[in-house]
Amino acid sequence: MTELATTAQAKELHRQFCEDVMSMPGGEKINICQQCGTCTGSCPTSYLMDWGPREVIAAFRAGMIDRVVKGNTIWLCTSCYSCTVRCPAGIKITDLMYELKRMAIKYDLAPKDGKSPAMTKYFVDSVHKHGRNHEVELMAKFMLTKDWGLPFKFMGTGLKLFTAGRLPLFAKNIRGREELDKISAYLEAQEAKTQ
Amino acid sequence: MSGEEEAKMPEDKIAVYFCHCGSNIAGKVDVDKVVAWAAEQPNVTVAREYKYMCSDPGQDLIKDDIQKLGVNRVVVAACSPTMHEPTFRKAASDAGLNPYLLQMANVREHCSWVTEDRDEATEKAMRILNAQIHRLPFNEALDPIEVPVNPAVMVVGGGIAGIEAALKLSATGKKVYLVEKKPSIGGHMAMFDKTFPTLDCAACILTPKMSAAGKDPNIEMLAYSEVEEVEGYVGNFKVKVRKKARFVNTDTCTGCGACIEACVVRKVPSEFDQGLGKRSAVYIPFPQAVPLRATIDAANCLTLKGKKCKQPCVTACGPGAIDFEQQDEVLDLEVGAIIMATGFELWEPDQDPRYGYGKLDNVISSLEFERISNASGPTGGHIVCKNGEAPKSVAILHCIGSRDQNHQEFCSRVCCMYSLKFSHLIKEHLPDTEVYELYIDMRCYGKGYEEFYRRLMDEGVHMVRGRAAEVTDLAMSPEEEGRLIVKTEDTLLGIVRRIPADMVILSSGLSPAKDAKEVSQTFGFGCSGNGFFLERHPKLEPVSTVTDGIFIAGCCQYPKDIPDTVAQAGAAAACALALVDNPTVKVEPTVSYIDPEKCCGCHICVSVCPHTAIQFNEEKKVAEVITAACKGCGVCVAACGSNVPQQAGYLDNQIFAEIEGAMAL
Amino acid sequence: MRYLYYPGCSSEATGKAYDISTRAMMEKLGVELVELDDWNCCGATSYFNVRELDSFAIAARNLAIAQKQGDEDLCVICNACYTTLAKTNRYIEESPEVHEAVNGALGAVDRSYDGKKAVRHIMDVLVNDIGIEALGEKVTRRLTGIKVAPYYGCQYSRPMGAFDDPEFPTTMDTFFTALGADVITDYAGKSKCCGGMMMLTKEEGALRLCHELLEGAHKAGADVIVCACPLCEMNLEGYQPRVNKAFGTDYDIPVMYFTQLAGLAFGASPKALALDKQIVSCDRVVAAIPA
Repeated sequence: MTELATTAQAKELHRQFCEDVMSMPGGEKINICQQCGTCTGSCPTSYLMDWGPREVIAAFRAGMIDRVVKGNTIWLCTSCYSCTVRCPAGIKITDLMYELKRMAIKYDLAPKDGKSPAMTKYFVDSVHKHGRNHEVELMAKFMLTKDWGLPFKFMGTGLKLFTAGRLPLFAKNIRGREELDKISAYLEAQEAKTQ
Repeated sequence: MSGEEEAKMPEDKIAVYFCHCGSNIAGKVDVDKVVAWAAEQPNVTVAREYKYMCSDPGQDLIKDDIQKLGVNRVVVAACSPTMHEPTFRKAASDAGLNPYLLQMANVREHCSWVTEDRDEATEKAMRILNAQIHRLPFNEALDPIEVPVNPAVMVVGGGIAGIEAALKLSATGKKVYLVEKKPSIGGHMAMFDKTFPTLDCAACILTPKMSAAGKDPNIEMLAYSEVEEVEGYVGNFKVKVRKKARFVNTDTCTGCGACIEACVVRKVPSEFDQGLGKRSAVYIPFPQAVPLRATIDAANCLTLKGKKCKQPCVTACGPGAIDFEQQDEVLDLEVGAIIMATGFELWEPDQDPRYGYGKLDNVISSLEFERISNASGPTGGHIVCKNGEAPKSVAILHCIGSRDQNHQEFCSRVCCMYSLKFSHLIKEHLPDTEVYELYIDMRCYGKGYEEFYRRLMDEGVHMVRGRAAEVTDLAMSPEEEGRLIVKTEDTLLGIVRRIPADMVILSSGLSPAKDAKEVSQTFGFGCSGNGFFLERHPKLEPVSTVTDGIFIAGCCQYPKDIPDTVAQAGAAAACALALVDNPTVKVEPTVSYIDPEKCCGCHICVSVCPHTAIQFNEEKKVAEVITAACKGCGVCVAACGSNVPQQAGYLDNQIFAEIEGAMAL
Repeated sequence: MRYLYYPGCSSEATGKAYDISTRAMMEKLGVELVELDDWNCCGATSYFNVRELDSFAIAARNLAIAQKQGDEDLCVICNACYTTLAKTNRYIEESPEVHEAVNGALGAVDRSYDGKKAVRHIMDVLVNDIGIEALGEKVTRRLTGIKVAPYYGCQYSRPMGAFDDPEFPTTMDTFFTALGADVITDYAGKSKCCGGMMMLTKEEGALRLCHELLEGAHKAGADVIVCACPLCEMNLEGYQPRVNKAFGTDYDIPVMYFTQLAGLAFGASPKALALDKQIVSCDRVVAAIPA
């Protein structure tokens, strides 16, 4: 625990992050980051981020991971894995980003107007409802709540997709769709036991 | 343990010394208890404890007891024998006791340092000590074996390290064989333009040494030669060296170059020029080559490939030195010591495709830039791109393939400095060109190095802290058209930059030679985890190997700059000299002996001996140990089905006694 | 040859053409694809945002089903599905804790998984199992003169690089060379990110990435870009007009699933390969293939 993690929230996030990252296979490599910048230089979206991947690790070491969790950085990661593949220290940076996203959702710290967290939520909902991700349902929900402009931007393409049969309105449910809920329930119960 | 063995000497007087080693041992083991117990053991005359047995007063304890109490067997319970066995054996020897009647009991590395519980540690210490107390009555006095030493030395590798070592040895009057696999000595240093931080011209400081080595009466120059086989042991190595055929008589060739002018095959990529320039099939690698003799490359010469050729080289050669019938010559040489100075290879940057080496024009390696900036290189020393124009912007990328668990984990030490040197050369030739250094850390640790870095900053070189992510030719704006774009995070600013460059130099690290492992096996020593030759001790014995008589120097041991290489070469020469300047060398007597009466001639020990120290006597049909080559590893003793080989100092009864002693508590 | 087949969620919607053309192409090659029974969404990248173990568990449900359904390897067409399923296998192998948790969760629905079902990308199957020679023999219409820019995207060979190089993959190049195409083996961006879901959540970012990809292919003179992922295909094709609008370019490069182009080479009809479902018309390319 570093002295710069001052608030209770910062301390809690730091503790949680440490615990989760160190239990990932290879997670402890975060300690040997050289701060070389290869990750940020390789990242296709780092120029949009508050803190690039390299800075995320520096922030963690300085006890400031809470700022990263609240920022836009993690939601701009496209999981392209360029950073992970090129990192000279072998740090699985993409997995760190996933971990931070999970923390943002768990502690409800994601930007409120954020589109990406909402997209994630709708995706998971769709998968649990049907067993598969129903793209049209996902898009519709997303448009209604987060991006009224989308239908207009998308109009021409959308129409063509629809007429080509690439936007089916109704979803098929898989037979075992309730299994996904049971799986999640089991894992939640397991997690509750260890708290 | 077989019941028939009895104590060899009825009157054993064992002295036990238990070392505290400060708190290393005493902090964990109950010394008083052990010493009190030891004093009660059979054959123990005296049991003492002391804070630091290896100190002079500590050693004096041993000497006094030998001289005054008539102690004739000694056990020192202390650290590992690799630390102080020689110390204590010498103390015993000084006091008149045969050194092989002294044993050490390792109660530190094997006990106090690795046991948590005090009681357990104390008991273990007693067991370890008891093993030696039981063994000592069976120890025999042994005398070191002296073998004669051949005063000649072989230096393998003719770069700056090899040349320096050879010259130093020659100055003491010793004969030196300098073996170099390329047609000329000089190594990588001969390729450089300037050297950091002094900016001395590499050739200007190297060629006098090359020339001296070439003329030295004590140095037998074996260029274009390779070592094929090594046998023997310290002071007595037998080395087979193949002198490859140059197809040119080196006694009559004057190095005039007429054959080179005349040769019809003119487009062979020049190895010395890193493939950027061309040479003929008959060639001299560079103008200052030593020996200055032509060589014909059989892979490209028409005659040697069996094709028709008018052989204008033969016509042009005044002394008539061309000899297409020449054969390789195999020499059997005998030397007392060998110095390995085989150098390094550059890490080839095509192993990391994101920099575009081999795909994008004007992305070049560091050695390629050395040749471009060198006045005797393929561009006459003009720093130009492939299209012949001077670059307006050059980016120099550090740490290519280095400090990277995907490639080489280690840092090659010299790249930051040679990169800065490149910046200077570019600024000197092309003052208006922008130069960028892309680095993670600027490693300027040597004498004058930090000052050199400051100088380059002063010269206006842009220092960008960030390891380049990739090099691309895809322009995303009009200014980027036709240029190389280096994408990197400027970590000090925290922004991603697209730096336009006309030339990109990849400063990659130094790698061990591709055949380093094989070479080390030919000579009988090992390599470290990163592939370089392994030194005997990283701090205290950097130029010795685990094989007595074989030394290493220069980049074959680990990347280093020229000052360190020269220093290490001198150190290796001194070590070699210390060996070969004596008529004999003492070899440990704990060697194996095969009783010819008992040996049935099955050959098993011959095949398992890792030091090829056992030979088969065809006349007597028995195996025989070459005593001086035997390293006392014990493999033959274990392998023999009839229990014939006996290793002095490790006889069966001695080992069984140790086991008994350890289990007796 | 027979494989278990995992089509992925997009194959029922935007990526329909990928599924249709894969089946048509494999039929021509004489390879049987048996669709995984009652398969569920692999979770792709989104599910990892929520709960890590859940992601592995729902992915593993498919692998558990596959294990029961047959001994054959599981052939996956979508890059993201492939990486998610293969990553699940990798983490189960590396971490006994993950394996235990996943099996516990699967146990709650009467399933189990031992971590040993091989997950194969369809290109891996084509190039390494069927083999270049055999593929060459099945070609009925060589793609002579067609300049193909194979677009690999991120999750083809990253992060694991199991069947191709993570930095500079070449299996799709090899594949199309065997079909007689003039493959552009080295254009900038062949394995760079298209932005994925970001096209919806932060359009400007994804458009810029697609701009770079299209620029690279355009500069290299590509007649067609081929993809192995529904999201990549949608971004490069469906959003090409928006890229043009945002950057003032006028790209008109047909984008297809690689199975569609390959299917043509193996003699399937454009209709059978769902080429009528493309947004940017591919008629030009189809017409250019010598009969």
